[in-house]
Amino acid sequence: MKVHLAQMKPILGNLEKNAENHFKIIEQAVEEGCDLVVFPELSLTGYYLLDLVYDVAMDETHPVYQRFLEYSNEIAIVFGFVYESREKLFYNAASFVHRGKTVHLHKKVYLPDYTLFEEGRYFAAGNSIEAFDTEFGKCGILVCEDVFHLSSLYILSQSGVQNIIIPSNSPARGNLEQGHDASNTWQTSNRYIAGVLTVNLVFVNRVGVEDGVSFWGGSEAYDAKGRRLAAADMFKEEGITVEVDHDSVRRARIETPFLRDEKSFIVRNFLNEEGCGK
Amino acid sequence: MKLNLDLTVDILTNFIKDETEKIGLKNVVLGLSGGIDSALSAALAAKALGGNRVYAYCMPYKLSSDESLKDAMKVAETFRLNFDVIEITPMVDPYFDMIPDIDKLRMGNVMARQRMICLFDMSAKVAGLVLGTSNKTELLLGYGTWYGDLASALNPIGDLYKTQVWELSEYLGIPQSVVDKAPTADLWVGQTDEQELGFTYRQADDLLYAMVDERRRIPELIGMGFEEELVKKVAEKVRRNQFKRNMTVIAKVSQRTIGRDFRYCRDWGY
Repeated sequence: MKVHLAQMKPILGNLEKNAENHFKIIEQAVEEGCDLVVFPELSLTGYYLLDLVYDVAMDETHPVYQRFLEYSNEIAIVFGFVYESREKLFYNAASFVHRGKTVHLHKKVYLPDYTLFEEGRYFAAGNSIEAFDTEFGKCGILVCEDVFHLSSLYILSQSGVQNIIIPSNSPARGNLEQGHDASNTWQTSNRYIAGVLTVNLVFVNRVGVEDGVSFWGGSEAYDAKGRRLAAADMFKEEGITVEVDHDSVRRARIETPFLRDEKSFIVRNFLNEEGCGK
Repeated sequence: MKLNLDLTVDILTNFIKDETEKIGLKNVVLGLSGGIDSALSAALAAKALGGNRVYAYCMPYKLSSDESLKDAMKVAETFRLNFDVIEITPMVDPYFDMIPDIDKLRMGNVMARQRMICLFDMSAKVAGLVLGTSNKTELLLGYGTWYGDLASALNPIGDLYKTQVWELSEYLGIPQSVVDKAPTADLWVGQTDEQELGFTYRQADDLLYAMVDERRRIPELIGMGFEEELVKKVAEKVRRNQFKRNMTVIAKVSQRTIGRDFRYCRDWGY
């Protein structure tokens, strides 16, 4: 499958202008013959929303969302937005839309609320990590911080995913001599996840600056052997298109059958008997 | 504390360009004192936007040293900036004449605020954002004038310690005489920052890095070998100057108070 990693910078709090930019990128990806286009976390709204959360929130009935569904007849799309639920709760969400339907809506579970993050102040947390079937095999979406919890990865793996899609808003920081902390962590983690879970992995991080905080981009894709297929430049607003091979999962699971050999009963026993503070 | 220099330059030039252009402006304005902090801000701005979009002003008082002006001109030439000299003496002297017992500190503050007035006026003239030139060491220690040199729209070097300013300045080819000279606010002849502070920037930076960036507590810092007196003095300066790093304190009355629960980014809608 041909995937476009849409490394872009949203305008903070301007849903309409951001949507137009999405549609332009989607049209280009369709022209290029892509099967899937992936946008970063909160791609329709920008990151440091603070009190803007309530102004940009939407649900599936919103005209902008409806246009994504229309475009999804031509190409599968993953995009980030603020989801307002029927209960009037506001989630940091990402939708996978295809063939005119929402295939899956993931609500970010782990909301970072420390140092330069304050998502927990504004968003409700999702409470499930679910794999879903697509025309490209079983997929899972993890939004940024979700990835740094082993349980998220474990659940997706045990649910049989072949592709993990990670929309992200990672800010550049800890820029010391030995390298840039955030990118080091992500690249190590992405490579590890792809190779150990034997899955294709697509990581799309935004660029641009919001109130002095720079998002570093560096979007990248790995095959199921943990080999990097392509990477976008850091800090540049420039998407990349990459060919992801379904069969890499099969080959990896023959050569490195970690999934086959996983003994999930050990985890079950641990959680039932020994874990959970006992 | 050593920087990845390439990456730092990428982040800071990208910051200047993005934060200026997104609000629909092209230019930046800054005061060029002849010192290293303003030279670094200017060099970064020139790299981000091109020197022709950077408007630099040297604003000497009659007691400022000639060296400072020469160094400012050297920086402006090196990075091909738009450059002008605005003498502040005829602006501030009438005020000083009115107050015979004014002391050095108050005079310094008046001059810093007069320069701020000039910069913000130039900013309106050339449609440019005022670029800050205060580094992290100064901001933490409160070594600057509130609504004077601390006033700016964008500060590219506010998260760099003085030690890092030196490192990055050499890397960007700032004239050696600017890099080498003793840091000074140039308020009177022979003044140096380090004399006034009572410790060197390198001492302060090692300590501040451990205290602020690594979040080490006072007993831990003393255990690391920092002198107890210095640790306490610096920690107290950081605490006492928090007000200079904040916006004004607003008395809460309503359900939604600016800055407290009315919260938006400067980049709202950009």
